[in-house]
Amino acid sequence: MSATAPAPSTTTLTYREAVRLGLREELLRDEDVFLMGEEIGVFEGSYKVTAGLFREFGPIRVRETPISEEGFVGAGIGAAMMGLRPVVEIMTLNFILVAMDQVVNHAAKIRYMFGGEVGCPLVIRTPNGGGSQLTAQHSQSFEVFFAHTPGMKVVAPSTPADAHGLLKAAIRDDDPILVVENLQSYKVRGEVPNDPDHVVEIGKAAITREGGDITLVAHSFAATRALRVAERLKRDHGVNAEVVDLRSLRPLDVETVSKSIQKTNRALCVDEGWATYGISAEIAARIQRACFDDLDAPIERVGLAEVPMPYAKQLERAAIVNDDKIEAAALSVLGLGPDVFSY
Amino acid sequence: MLLIRIFEEEVERQYKRARIGGYCHLASGQEGATVGAVHSMQDEDLLFSSYRTHGLALAKGVDPDAVMGELFGREGGSAHGRGGSMHLLDFSRGFLGGWGIVAGQLPLAVGAALEISYKDKRAAVMCELGDAATNMGAWHEALNLAAIWDLPIVALVLNNRYGMGTTVEKASGEPELYKRASAFRMHGERVDGQDVEAVLSAADRLLTRAREERKPAVLEVVTYRYRGHSVADAGTAYRTQEEMDEWKKRDPLLIYRQRLLDERRATQAQIDAIQARVEKRVEQAVEAAEASPEPPVSSLSQHLYGDPASREQFSRMSPGSPFGERELVLEGLGR
Ligand SMILES: Cc1ncc(C[n+]2csc(CCOP(=O)(O)OP(=O)(O)O)c2C)c(N)n1
Ligand SMILES: [Mg+2]
Repeated sequence: MSATAPAPSTTTLTYREAVRLGLREELLRDEDVFLMGEEIGVFEGSYKVTAGLFREFGPIRVRETPISEEGFVGAGIGAAMMGLRPVVEIMTLNFILVAMDQVVNHAAKIRYMFGGEVGCPLVIRTPNGGGSQLTAQHSQSFEVFFAHTPGMKVVAPSTPADAHGLLKAAIRDDDPILVVENLQSYKVRGEVPNDPDHVVEIGKAAITREGGDITLVAHSFAATRALRVAERLKRDHGVNAEVVDLRSLRPLDVETVSKSIQKTNRALCVDEGWATYGISAEIAARIQRACFDDLDAPIERVGLAEVPMPYAKQLERAAIVNDDKIEAAALSVLGLGPDVFSY
Repeated sequence: MLLIRIFEEEVERQYKRARIGGYCHLASGQEGATVGAVHSMQDEDLLFSSYRTHGLALAKGVDPDAVMGELFGREGGSAHGRGGSMHLLDFSRGFLGGWGIVAGQLPLAVGAALEISYKDKRAAVMCELGDAATNMGAWHEALNLAAIWDLPIVALVLNNRYGMGTTVEKASGEPELYKRASAFRMHGERVDGQDVEAVLSAADRLLTRAREERKPAVLEVVTYRYRGHSVADAGTAYRTQEEMDEWKKRDPLLIYRQRLLDERRATQAQIDAIQARVEKRVEQAVEAAEASPEPPVSSLSQHLYGDPASREQFSRMSPGSPFGERELVLEGLGR
């Protein structure tokens, strides 16, 4: 690179580094932003997302908590009502259940229940995801519980750039937001804009691959898988799949999804969580209305088998969403493979 | 104690060979606390535990073959390969499970004590928790119930000084955890966990009280874990080498072995024989685990519901699919 070359406009980061950068930039930008969670200081976060931040910002801005999710999520809500901008880390999504009442019965209700008199600019960030034999109580992806709840917003980025931009947008947003990260996504690499004001609009899906034959709709790590499978479909079957990465679950960008399906006429929804009453159920319901005359095949879904996550490797492999299942399902929707949806 | 120590050393070796996966929480250093507490239990008494559960299960008499089998993910495992390291269970032996959500097991244990009281049985429940679990809401709610309902339960707090990388002092308003019992007007006491006999006598006394007089209690056992929080944690970022070395000087096996020799309660030859027997037993457990079949993929939805009517109840959800799900459990796709 010559001495006169302009500074590159992006940097290659892992998803984990992108989240860390977003947190650091917001901590620098706004003194009311602070982090709170278990093991986020000396231990640097269970998944090392907050590495270095405790050293840089100290124990007031990076506040370590005991294992008391209901207590500190609630404390985050109260602090947010007073105008602070807490970013609460829950070690993994599984443990948010003990704080569910604080989130659903309190954070999500505040603004409406009090007629707009007070708000709750709270961010909760936490990874979901299964695999790695973590078993039933530690492998769940139930972001839909929160996406189901009016008053909440839920985003679930799959790329480092979106992890950076959506987190920052969430911190600047005036309402309670769950930012769903993903254990598998943490090591994904990608370009992140060198811009401390890079924010990604909440409520906007991204078309991460264009194609005309079928639309794969996904979020979080499933969107990364969908892209991989799209390349495989092209290589092995000459199929051009379009991939829509939802990025936001509530609000949901039905417009982008339905425009894509109006073009491709076929849709497969992929979600690492259970399909029954899940995010893919919502998508399918919306699509059938928006794309009633455009569909050449039933909308199909791939999700986690409807069991708690088993431990034994081969059972887990059979239960989780993987590339092979997505591929088989896509071929089935395209009429190019066996029908895997009817028994 | 020796069985637990050697068993867990083997577990770590097998983990490194990728024959065991997922989370794996070892408890080396805590054997005195574990064995002292559990060996005070009678057969009818029930034990609940956290995810750091291998030693507690073995102490309660769960077959080492079934524990190793579970870690290997085999049908012969105590949860038939479904639960893994954190979720051992042997209902017939009164070992009511390893549980993965911090403090989540304590309300359940209170419920088991409720059954004992309800049926007027002569038994008690012991529920193991870590020090950090005492900061959860479930701790407070469950112990309050135990107090107002006079339930036969001993909350066994294995205080190994840390919840992951956080010290008890940093996490707890009252770091002398046994004193938290007083919030419920409950008896609480603290005992040295590196002295297995001290733990045994304290636990026996409190369990007897629970069993005979229906008086709940908190028993805080001060101990130390040598390894990291789980196999993924080196365990060195938040504590010093000196601290670890100091604790190893008070190793529960070392202390007990020395006492047995000093007081002529055992000879070196007897101790060596135990060592040899235990090593052999652990070897056998590995062999049994290896020989046990893997659960077939076709059994994925087995055990989801128990009522025989379930299949019929779900049959109208999606014809042909076992529980109405379209789960894409196709042999060959599980790659
Ligand atoms: C509700 C909940 N929050 C967080 C976790 C993650 N986690 C698992 S073990 C642990 C530390 C618990 O420490 P302690 O209770 O002292 O038991 P120890 O591990 O020392 O045996 C944490 C934070 C969890 N399993 N459940
Ligand atoms: Mg502890």
